[in-house]
Amino acid sequence: MSSTQPVLAAGPRLSVKGPRRPPGHRHLRGSDFRWSIAFVVPYAAVFVAFVIYPFGYALWMASKPSLYADLIADRSYLPAVVNTLLFVGLGVNVKMFLALLLSGFFMHRRWWIRALLAVYILPWVIAAAQAGISFHWMLIGEQGLIDRLLSELLGIDGPNWFNNRWLGLGSNIIAYIWKWMPFWTVIFLAGRMTIPRDIYDSAEIDGATGIRRFVHVTFPLLANLYLICTLLSSLWTLGDFTTVYLVSGGGPYHSTEVLATLGFGYAFDTAKPALGVAAVMSALPVLIPIVIVLMRRLQISEVQL
Amino acid sequence: MSIALTFGRLARRRYRLRRVLTEAGSVMLGVVLLIWSLLPVYNMLLIALDPEEGEIEFDGNIWPPEPSLEGFRGVVTQEARYLEDFWHQFGNSLYIGLLTMVLTVLIGSLASFAVSRMRLSKGSLLTNAALLSYAIPASFLIVPYYRIMHGYGLSNNLWAVIAADVTFAIPFAILMLQLYARLIPFELDDAARVDGASAVQLYLQIYLPLMTPALAVVSVYALLLAWNDYLYQAVLLSVRNMTVSVTQGQLFADVDAPYNAMMAAGIIYVLPPIALLFALRRYVAAALTIGEVKG
Repeated sequence: MSSTQPVLAAGPRLSVKGPRRPPGHRHLRGSDFRWSIAFVVPYAAVFVAFVIYPFGYALWMASKPSLYADLIADRSYLPAVVNTLLFVGLGVNVKMFLALLLSGFFMHRRWWIRALLAVYILPWVIAAAQAGISFHWMLIGEQGLIDRLLSELLGIDGPNWFNNRWLGLGSNIIAYIWKWMPFWTVIFLAGRMTIPRDIYDSAEIDGATGIRRFVHVTFPLLANLYLICTLLSSLWTLGDFTTVYLVSGGGPYHSTEVLATLGFGYAFDTAKPALGVAAVMSALPVLIPIVIVLMRRLQISEVQL
Repeated sequence: MSIALTFGRLARRRYRLRRVLTEAGSVMLGVVLLIWSLLPVYNMLLIALDPEEGEIEFDGNIWPPEPSLEGFRGVVTQEARYLEDFWHQFGNSLYIGLLTMVLTVLIGSLASFAVSRMRLSKGSLLTNAALLSYAIPASFLIVPYYRIMHGYGLSNNLWAVIAADVTFAIPFAILMLQLYARLIPFELDDAARVDGASAVQLYLQIYLPLMTPALAVVSVYALLLAWNDYLYQAVLLSVRNMTVSVTQGQLFADVDAPYNAMMAAGIIYVLPPIALLFALRRYVAAALTIGEVKG
């Protein structure tokens, strides 16, 4: 790893765009140029065929203004917007914050903490469909594992999780956090490992330990990574279909649907594909700003890992 | 003198007390995390080991009184109802997963190499393009995809799912590879150049070997993306040509389904990603500890 020292010696700053390019090598000529183009062509082809084209198609399908009037008139659309905001807002933020804290716990080099890490990342490896089904059955009511445990251990009659909008939504969020928190914990773990130890050593001399060290040393160093990951995760969570579809199933009476499942329902259950596309496209005013902020964070400024 | 001694002893005792408390706290956190991570898995296992088909209830026993491998047997021999095509579906899942993995690594690393190592101008467009792919989440595009795949002549074709999965795995792969490539000094490329290495040789002999940890992470990520996918497989494939993931989702709504065999199938389905993660564990760990400054 000694070859990485020069990069890291300058502090824990990494960048996607290369500031270390030697001058005078900017323009490629001859065979190098041709090879570079050849290397980029497969990705460009995928991008045009499976990103640009579907995007255009979706925009075209959702372009009729009357579709949005139909959406507003639909009784399950506005609740689905609220649910999506809660699902993304709570799901992403709780998950990311816990992942950040837990990544500190997993930095410890004890054998049992390392073994625990292997168990802890299991939810990431278990397919979303099975995880969703397992959650659904755990919460299915009196016979479910959770309610049985509640009554046996604490003597509480557990609620009927999927008969209530807020409990159903909460179940979806918990299942979502369970499934995806390990992935982000691992990302933050990698981020924490790029912090040189001497920063901590000097912080300790200055008396920064425990919470104070986290607030004044660790978090500022990871803030940029944290922001980037939170935005990226928000994009992915907005599109999460499987969790809601399998855990609460959108019920009772479509009260826990999110945009992804609602759009799917319009398109495939009630055979209104254009309405389905319009339903999900109505999230664009939120999606576009997130993407722009992400591009700026990753391109213009440096990525701090 | 004695005051100083007492003070020192007190300080030491307080220090020891704090250590014991921290230790107890981390053990408690460990137990909570263990239960949190394993509870849904435990629930899957309980259902899979139940000798009765339609049993999803928890009867208060921590371990089933008569655990039975009947569910697993029904899956492996394909005798369980609705699971007659299990190995065919498993093969489909594996085909989609492995090809998504290989294509993501190949296309992603080629593009990333050209931009970060060959110093292709306007290279920042690549990262922007990658991020743009996330502007509309995958699940939002299912209707256009359904129609477009039909136009490409790929309806009910595993390649339709592979194309969709690769499209949504590559952006993250490119971000990851771009970041990691920064850690490889350009001097290595320049030295190889002096020795007359071509672009292809640079890619094969310097870039790929040094990027192995990042490529391992990308492989695991891509396989899991395909493995987790439910929506695209459900919509783009026909009922006769299903994958394990989708069959699970469709069976659980069926009151008549053999739930124990279904969960057993779910547990078997978890094994390939675990095997991959285990096989690549050294590289994944290397990618994670890259920043550790030693000595």
